[in-house]
Amino acid sequence: MSNQQPANSGNNEHTALEVDGLTVVGRPSDVEIISGITLRVRRGEILGLVGESGSGKTTLGLSLLAHCKRATEITAGAISLSGTPLLGRTENEVRQMRGRSVAYIPQSPASALNPALRLRTQLSEALHAGPAPGNGTAGDTPRVLDRVREVLREVALPDDDAFLKRYPHQLSGGQQQRVAIAMAFIGYPDLIVLDEPTTGLDVTTQAHVLQTIRRMTRDYGTAGVYISHDMAVVADLADDIAVMYQGDVVERGAANDVLAAPQHPYTARLLRAVPLLKTGGHAEPEEEPGDALLRVRGLQANYGSAPVLQNIDIDVRRGQCVALLGESGSGKTTLSRSVVGLHHRFTGEVLFDGEALAPSSYRRTAEQRRRVQYIFQNPYEALNPRKRVRDLILAPYIHLAGQPTDPDAVVHEALERAALPAAYAERFPEQLSGGERQRVSIARAIATKPDLLICDEITSALDVSVQAEIVQLLRNLQDDGMALLFVTHNIALVSNIAQKVAVLNKGEIVEYGHVGTVMSDPRHSYTRALIADTPDFELSFSESPLHRTIQAPPVKAAPRAE
Amino acid sequence: MTRLILQRLFYGLLTLFVVSLVVFLATQALPGDAARAMLGRDATPERLTALREQLNLNDPVAVQYGKWIAGLFVLNLGESFANAMPVAEYLGPRVSSSVALMALAAIVATPIAVAIGAYSALRRDRAADHATSMVTLITAAVPEFAVGILLVLVFATGSLQLFPAVFAGSSEAVLESPEQLVLPVATLVIAVSPPIIRMMRASMIEVLESEYVQQARLKGLPERTVIWRHAAPNAIGPVAQVIAVQLGWLAGGVVAIEFLFRFPGVGMALMDAIDNRDIPVIQAVTLLIAAIYIVVNLLADIVGLAANPKVRVSSR
Repeated sequence: MSNQQPANSGNNEHTALEVDGLTVVGRPSDVEIISGITLRVRRGEILGLVGESGSGKTTLGLSLLAHCKRATEITAGAISLSGTPLLGRTENEVRQMRGRSVAYIPQSPASALNPALRLRTQLSEALHAGPAPGNGTAGDTPRVLDRVREVLREVALPDDDAFLKRYPHQLSGGQQQRVAIAMAFIGYPDLIVLDEPTTGLDVTTQAHVLQTIRRMTRDYGTAGVYISHDMAVVADLADDIAVMYQGDVVERGAANDVLAAPQHPYTARLLRAVPLLKTGGHAEPEEEPGDALLRVRGLQANYGSAPVLQNIDIDVRRGQCVALLGESGSGKTTLSRSVVGLHHRFTGEVLFDGEALAPSSYRRTAEQRRRVQYIFQNPYEALNPRKRVRDLILAPYIHLAGQPTDPDAVVHEALERAALPAAYAERFPEQLSGGERQRVSIARAIATKPDLLICDEITSALDVSVQAEIVQLLRNLQDDGMALLFVTHNIALVSNIAQKVAVLNKGEIVEYGHVGTVMSDPRHSYTRALIADTPDFELSFSESPLHRTIQAPPVKAAPRAE
Repeated sequence: MTRLILQRLFYGLLTLFVVSLVVFLATQALPGDAARAMLGRDATPERLTALREQLNLNDPVAVQYGKWIAGLFVLNLGESFANAMPVAEYLGPRVSSSVALMALAAIVATPIAVAIGAYSALRRDRAADHATSMVTLITAAVPEFAVGILLVLVFATGSLQLFPAVFAGSSEAVLESPEQLVLPVATLVIAVSPPIIRMMRASMIEVLESEYVQQARLKGLPERTVIWRHAAPNAIGPVAQVIAVQLGWLAGGVVAIEFLFRFPGVGMALMDAIDNRDIPVIQAVTLLIAAIYIVVNLLADIVGLAANPKVRVSSR
């Protein structure tokens, strides 16, 4: 396998990782998952590996540790870490190199840390200084423990015994990811593979974690391979960028070059899909006088006896999109669930088209329920896998609006408005991609011709380019007069879709106003912090010729009819 | 966690109370005359009156139940009708020999089944795994007395006369003749193991696919540490419930096996009591079997809670 000796590895002693012609195939089918990948990363530098789900970036990341998922196999190519070949070694030799030459930081520390083991065990075993195998506390010598404490301090975590005794579930998401980072750096590796390590974190935590990663790679002189689908994060962090598409690296170069002048059309597409932090906002409908479609006054909600929302006032007018912006735990989902009647333990006034809505959806009329529809966050869980798209769309329609005279017409119209081909009516959810599933969710919601659509983080489970398409779809619906309540933690999306934004922090609205005003002149310190923590794509991107096309998004800024 | 255990304990006692009601109503308070059912053809008016007096049949049902329950607390289970001995004294040695049989079966079955399940998961989709799946499916489908008969045919008769086909000792000292215990214990082991094996395999496969096991491997830990420190402890939690159900089943399953091997335990006693319409013994044994079932499940709940650090730590 390693017939090309690393003859050229001597030409640069700073090279930490060299990958040459790496190919991984899936086993029964012999399909190449990644083919002929060639990469190089130098010490202290970070390579951003960008691509969508299914592009093979995680497969590549794992193969850098000589690890293959079930039913995959490395069939060709060479990997060398600081000049030492990794492939073609015995299992035991590979094991010795893991943790010392190359370490891995997983996507979701919540599932990658063992729930049944204390942090102390999990951190100290990563040093594999265990002399006595079989001994339960192998390698837990004072020297090892000193190193554990040192690396915990470096990632800004407590290093006392009480902390070391904790289990993973006793930490916050950000702390868990710091533990994972500490675990990777503990053995002074030459290379660290980071597989979307900030995906599950909110922006403030993400900013801190990214800062830690950058500082640690510099201090340790470690090379990093940062896998992500988020161009904005990579633009912020990486020295070099490699773009993956269908198992190939289609573009590779210094980050600035790739961002400023993308050579491959796919790279350009990815860049165009990234929502910019500051845009002119979506066309504002003129502020019509008269009553708002949805009017929330003084809403308070509890979980058990714990208050999660206080003094919430919100108005949504026809054709308007109001964004609810907040981090996890801010109460934004509870608010949207209260409006739609899924969470009924609240007090306060919810007026829809002038009529008060009962707290529980069971007590609302079918007509009221028909006019307010909800789209869930995760399209992989929101569609019944045993029903065809046609039945998925018709079920709420029949329930709320009665048996249609022409069911096919209802299905086709809903699919058309969600920009899906009519032939999809006969498909099952598993035959659809993530973006297509979310479109079906949207089609299901708009089939009953609602006046208000509540979107609960509906793009967070989707790739960036798919996200852009969904946003476009929602803007078109809005131009047709639909009112939207758009729940998100992604501040960049807000300026791309909403006219008004309500910033939620710890159950209260700390800032409420027009998107343009809030973005350019945030009043509240929390909003300012949120904006500061969001990776600002524009900064690293302002020289790009694409910049302008993004600034003026290809949307009909529809002069509203009449 | 103490609160959770007390809560489980309370539910256990409640279940036991309901079971005692059912047992009592089904045996003694049924429409018809329990005394006549017990005496059958020997029923003379004098004996009927005497037995009705003895069983408190002349009292209202609630009072009968109260007297019976009150007796339970002082181990006064009445007098066996068939052999004119106090039930507690009659059952005492039989209970201990049955418990010995069940304990042996549990001690042998649990580790073996867990180990086979784990091994099967590690060899997933290879020949060893397929063979295990086949064998467990077959043994799970065959009733336990058929397994027992098969074992007797193979090991106790014909050319291989390794073990006795029926138990020949007394109930006082069953452990003193180990060779007589082999076949009954083996039968019980084969009967209870398949679900444990299958559950352990499924649970272990899930854990081996988990990200924390992948992460442990990517940390460069030896495979042994990965399996025994990272995978196995997390896999055993869901299996504990199945083990409990199976061990609870032992309490009832032992009846047929004891009968088959003429083993002098509660199962035999129950069969004899049914033959003799010995209602006090039937009541005592069924209640005992139910109690064992409940206690074993309670223990499994506690093990399950203790194995979960989330529960263990948060409720300190």
